[in-house]
Amino acid sequence: MIQRPHIDWFALAPMTALFAAGALALMAAVLVPRRARRTTGAVVCALGYAVAFGFAIALYARSPHPQGVIADSLRRDRFGQFAQMILAASGLLAVGVSFRERMRDDHVAEYYALLAFAGGGMLFFVTANNLLTLFLGLEWLSLSLYILCAVDRDLIGGLEAGLKYLIVGGFGSAVLLFGSALVYGESGRLDFPGIAAAGRGHDALFLFGLAMLISGLAFKASAAPFHMWTPDVYEGAPTPVTAFMAAATKTAALVVMLRVLRTAFPGEAHLWTVAVAVIACASLAIGNLAALVQRNVKRMLAYSSISHAGFMLIAIAANNALGGRALLFYLVPYAAMSIGAFAVVAARERELGVPVTFENMAGFGWERPLLGVAMWTFMLGFAGFPLTGGFVGKFYVFSAAYDRGWTWLVIVGVVATLVSLYYYLGLIRAMFMRRSEELQLAPVGGSPPRETLLQGTVIVCVGVTVVSFFAVQPLIDLAKHAANSIPF
Amino acid sequence: MTTALIIIPLAAAVILWVLPLNRVSAGSIGLLAALAEVGIWIQVVVRFDFSKTGLQFEQHHSWFSDLNVSYHVGFYAFSVWLVGLTVVVTAACVAYAFWVGRERARAYFGLMLFLDAAIVGVFTAQDLLLFYAFFEAMLIPLYVLIGVWGGPGRIGATLKFVIYTMAGSLLMLASIVVYGLSKGTFDLVAIGQSGSTWIFLGFAAAFAIKAPLFPFHGWLRDAYTEAPPEVSAVLSGVVSKAAVYGFLRIGIAKFPGPTHDLRGLFLALAATGLIYGSLLAFRAPDFRGVVAYSSLAQMGLIVLGLFAVNDLGLNGSVLQMVNHGLISATLFLLAGMVERRAATGDLDRIGGMARGRPALATVLMATGIIGLAVPFSGAFAGEFLILAGVFRRGWGWSVVGVIAIVLAAMYMLRLISAVLHREVGAALGDAVLDLRPAELGVTVPLLACLLVLSAWPAAISGHAFGTKHPGAGLTSTLTSGSATSAPLTTP
Repeated sequence: MIQRPHIDWFALAPMTALFAAGALALMAAVLVPRRARRTTGAVVCALGYAVAFGFAIALYARSPHPQGVIADSLRRDRFGQFAQMILAASGLLAVGVSFRERMRDDHVAEYYALLAFAGGGMLFFVTANNLLTLFLGLEWLSLSLYILCAVDRDLIGGLEAGLKYLIVGGFGSAVLLFGSALVYGESGRLDFPGIAAAGRGHDALFLFGLAMLISGLAFKASAAPFHMWTPDVYEGAPTPVTAFMAAATKTAALVVMLRVLRTAFPGEAHLWTVAVAVIACASLAIGNLAALVQRNVKRMLAYSSISHAGFMLIAIAANNALGGRALLFYLVPYAAMSIGAFAVVAARERELGVPVTFENMAGFGWERPLLGVAMWTFMLGFAGFPLTGGFVGKFYVFSAAYDRGWTWLVIVGVVATLVSLYYYLGLIRAMFMRRSEELQLAPVGGSPPRETLLQGTVIVCVGVTVVSFFAVQPLIDLAKHAANSIPF
Repeated sequence: MTTALIIIPLAAAVILWVLPLNRVSAGSIGLLAALAEVGIWIQVVVRFDFSKTGLQFEQHHSWFSDLNVSYHVGFYAFSVWLVGLTVVVTAACVAYAFWVGRERARAYFGLMLFLDAAIVGVFTAQDLLLFYAFFEAMLIPLYVLIGVWGGPGRIGATLKFVIYTMAGSLLMLASIVVYGLSKGTFDLVAIGQSGSTWIFLGFAAAFAIKAPLFPFHGWLRDAYTEAPPEVSAVLSGVVSKAAVYGFLRIGIAKFPGPTHDLRGLFLALAATGLIYGSLLAFRAPDFRGVVAYSSLAQMGLIVLGLFAVNDLGLNGSVLQMVNHGLISATLFLLAGMVERRAATGDLDRIGGMARGRPALATVLMATGIIGLAVPFSGAFAGEFLILAGVFRRGWGWSVVGVIAIVLAAMYMLRLISAVLHREVGAALGDAVLDLRPAELGVTVPLLACLLVLSAWPAAISGHAFGTKHPGAGLTSTLTSGSATSAPLTTP
């Protein structure tokens, strides 16, 4: 008789909550009358995320010592729970951005179901402790996102984005799977600590597998040179989905990358730190340089997200406890700023009914001061100005790189920041220093839509961005305890 | 008290941004906050014990403990004078902006107060990261103030300004990371001295660009000309002093070795800037151009005194920082007033304004005369100390300084005669008014400060480093707190 493993239901509670929310939303898509579907779906999805967030906090508080879940296939530790908190909060905010999105009523409940499923997959993904659960989580979140990109049939470019993401993302998953197979084949183990214990670091195929694993995760984190899909998908997908992807997918991929590299391949650190540093530099260079010439705000933000992947990879490449802390801290303001920035883009898009470019942001800051000032804050935060958490995040990342002894990486980061100023400030310039009369197209008509939920979301994002500058101590303590559950 | 000086303008700025106020009430709140700053500063001066060295009005809270970063603010004696310069100039500029009636008043005054808070923060921060945060925070309001309310070429000017300054600042950030982590703390009082030339150069780059020092002045002309006049006044009067303060507080105090090694380079750059700026000021075709380039020249002079690294030079530099801040702020405000009347600052098209406008003539003449450092003026005292200081480093530097004083007389007299005398310019009608009472109310206090300093320059030069015994003050002040520090004044 096969012995059944003990199941720690509490550790599975966050993802179960989202899974249940997704299932409920799917039921709503069939059973609830059409006019109530939008509200029902959104409420169910939001509740799912809120419950997941609550469970993640509870789990964080109650897991001072890391432990395995379901025969060690998942890991219940503060590192995973910290990431789950960020992911669940991102999802909740994404619901706020989504609510007023112009979308036909017939598939809107499915949209929220998929949003919940994607979030559940991510929560699963960040706790994965062996190669199988890793791939399972990856596919779970990816498949949901492929559909989410293309779910709005009326959106020009949505289908293209979905297809592109499917093909390139599928390729990334295949690379990751192939890498897993090689690693498993050489070490004979699926679980991360087991792989580390097998000690096959001298083996070429094993190292090739490691390289493919890093590449596969870099696809998801949209780090150069695995970033090709990012601008097109970010541009084509519905803006709330882009907001969610920019914040959550990146968080999940980077957190998992740190976990895999530290727990499964600590012995090969002399190789992968260099590889990750090179990827970081490539992301910083490509992301920033390409962003300089973008006129479409969503594309600019897409390239900026590539460059931020570069900054966070510096923290991973540092391969020390300070780096782990830096990554987790950086993710908090970064997620808030990403969602907030795309939320503002979504608001402008709904107002104008056309893709948002630098030109048609002219005068936006004075017309809608709340959103304008919010966007200003996000741009300054991305650029790493003080009074935003982005500054502290960058400071920690640079500190981690210096601690590793790589001052040159600090210099690269500094130069990249300097280049990035041009386009971040460019958007501020477009919003505040040009007059709206320069805008050549007429808005859709009537007064701008009142969107309490979206504005509330943006205010929360601004709050997180600014508060993470002042209240560094409590946040860094959380991140420190989280990072301590990963062996350094 | 120190924190109050930072918090009050910030709180007022937030109030302005959030509440739906009309133009008059927004301006009133702005002015009130700026005047409150002056009041608190007077309290600081009264209660400050100038006989002691070391930090006073100190406040200390941990910010994040794992890297030993803290919110640590306090006053040294020279910070008191620089903060005073800040609050007085800002109050005058806010008052002027209120009188001119800038559009979008809530945003405008909020940003001015935000800038005020950031500058005061720079002058009082005693933690490297906090210093950097304030130093960067100055840039945010300046960017918007120039970019939104500036002249026709504002977009290019802001871009140049931001890229230049951020290039320096980010190098400084890299230096801060390396310096702070290698010493295990970011506290400026506790942190030990360092001998690394690279770290020093990172800091120096930021300060040299912000000041600006000679080859890094590319942003200066456009920014000073395109900004609204009162913003130019703050920028050249106060913000540039933040950079020199950085040289003093961090560059020289924490890096005695590199300062000694690179002294020749900095003296040469400062001297070049001094002569070159003076020549450019003499050739500049418009009012603000003259003031802008004279600012470049004066910053060269101040840095010259600083890098003499002896008591005479440093005391003179601090005095001259305050003098120049007041002079250049007044001149920029006057430039704004002239431009409002003539719709141009072009020296060929204005002129003869003295006739029938005694107030304008008197104020401009008095400021200009002090600015060209006639004997018995405060600026003369400052320049004399600086020249005496650099004389000890080599008589050649003093010769350069003396030549520059002659050049200063040339450009300043040219400016005065071009605006006040000669024939009545084409851009001026007979109806052009003299300075209005409000304008006098803005400029006369600044001029009064200058006159007080002329009468008693030792108020600052004798009280900048917290001791009544010249020769011992500097060493103990700048290095207090670091037990291992070497004597600062190199023989």
